[in-house]
Amino acid sequence: MEGIVRDVIIALIKIAIVLGGVALGVAYSTYLERKVAGWIQVRFGPMRVGPHGLLQPIADGLKLFIKEDIMPRQADKLIFYLSPVICLVPAFAVLAVIPWGPDFYITDLNIGLLYIFAVASLGIFGIVMAGWASNSKYPMLGGLRSAAQMVSYEVSLGLSVIGALIFAESLSMVGIVEKQMTTGVWFVFLQPVGFVIYFICGLAETNRLPFDLPEAEQELVAGFHTEYSAMKFAFFFLAEYTNMIVVSSIATTVFLGGWGSPFAFLGIEFPRSLGIVKSVLDFGMPIFWFLLKVFLLMFFMIWVRWTFPRYRYDQLMNIGWKVLLPFAILNIIFSGLEFTLYEELDWYLFYPLAWLIMGVMVVFGFRLIKNFDQFSYSKMREEGIE
Amino acid sequence: MITDVIRAMAKDIFTNFNTYREIDPFIPIVLFLFAALAFAIGTLLVTIIFRPSKPDDIKLSPYECGVEPATPDTRGSYNVRYFLIAVLFIIFDVETIFLFPWAVVFKKIELFGFIEMLIFIVILFVGYFYAWRKGALEWV
Repeated sequence: MEGIVRDVIIALIKIAIVLGGVALGVAYSTYLERKVAGWIQVRFGPMRVGPHGLLQPIADGLKLFIKEDIMPRQADKLIFYLSPVICLVPAFAVLAVIPWGPDFYITDLNIGLLYIFAVASLGIFGIVMAGWASNSKYPMLGGLRSAAQMVSYEVSLGLSVIGALIFAESLSMVGIVEKQMTTGVWFVFLQPVGFVIYFICGLAETNRLPFDLPEAEQELVAGFHTEYSAMKFAFFFLAEYTNMIVVSSIATTVFLGGWGSPFAFLGIEFPRSLGIVKSVLDFGMPIFWFLLKVFLLMFFMIWVRWTFPRYRYDQLMNIGWKVLLPFAILNIIFSGLEFTLYEELDWYLFYPLAWLIMGVMVVFGFRLIKNFDQFSYSKMREEGIE
Repeated sequence: MITDVIRAMAKDIFTNFNTYREIDPFIPIVLFLFAALAFAIGTLLVTIIFRPSKPDDIKLSPYECGVEPATPDTRGSYNVRYFLIAVLFIIFDVETIFLFPWAVVFKKIELFGFIEMLIFIVILFVGYFYAWRKGALEWV
């Protein structure tokens, strides 16, 4: 009994730290987004509230907290209330298996990655329900688009990590990172194609530019959350940025060595003479590296947002179904071969060969796709399908 | 007596922070789900105290740039392509689920497993190219 109480207390402490930390992180990633947008567009960004606008996210949060909550008269009341919650809870629930450091994760499931993909996809329901419940033109279109988009990219998202899983031989998030520590190579060097596919799909799954069709403001006002205000709107916002953190965290864990230091190959350890400082550093430095990688990936996502224009909807669907999906499947077949080579060859033979095969695969893959697409177009024109 | 137990437990928690001894690794997930739900519902309930509520007829009307909406009810029929995408998704998502365990035990099943999965993927690809050829992937 005591043991159970102890375990539950530990779990609750960790949950409080992670939830609080992520909520704060989300608040400040909105600040980061606006500041980076400012730098890119040669202006200041938020400057008024606090030094360099540092208190801006808190002011925004408070404002949303005390705003009037509007319930449109034509809306379906229950689902209108439920959908922000359904959007937010899965986004948070995924955080439970993310390994922040070797000594800090809420829990380590043996099916960690599968759990993440299973739970993260539930967020789609929240968006579709929001669009449907609002019973208004723009949210409805946004919800439909969002459903089709997320469903399309989820396939390639799931397939893109399988190559890395062949090398990891485990679905546990901690296990994947530890495998990268013991072999001493991050999976991004073995699976660059998988990483690129994963990242593009991650952008699409979080509804960010260049794939933010569900909330394209020039045509759909604000997409699925047009009718939402106050805290319910804040929940969608929170879910979107939490999803950004989650996508970056998974990319860090699976491809970028998790909490591993980029200087690990130097073999530097903190000297024993530091005493308590050493144990603090041993606990803190992996978490620092993990958060740094997540931060860099998020910065890259924001950078992409303020650099690229939006895709058209048919282009979006084409990229998802005709480019990313065949490449993800090709990458799996390639990974099978690569793993065999990896076991057999020395590293100085393996890497040039593997990257050469990868390059050939990408070039010929694109040509095959293009040729087949033109072939099917011409056939369809003959048959008059179009 | 009871303070001793608490003190021992606190020391134990501090020194072995990252290990659960008696509970299943899924229990923290359940706790986390409840915590997230409590956070969401709690925040919504607390805002009721602070927020003003002055609904009027114009404010509650559906958003359409300030005019009465042309289509009062939007839940009509929608484009059949959305349905097509959903069907394709189910096919490929099931495939993904098959591939996950295959990837994890890839080292043990060796060449036999690899060729078996190749056959599976090729069969799937035939269907995929058929769908492509028939224009199921076009979005016009």
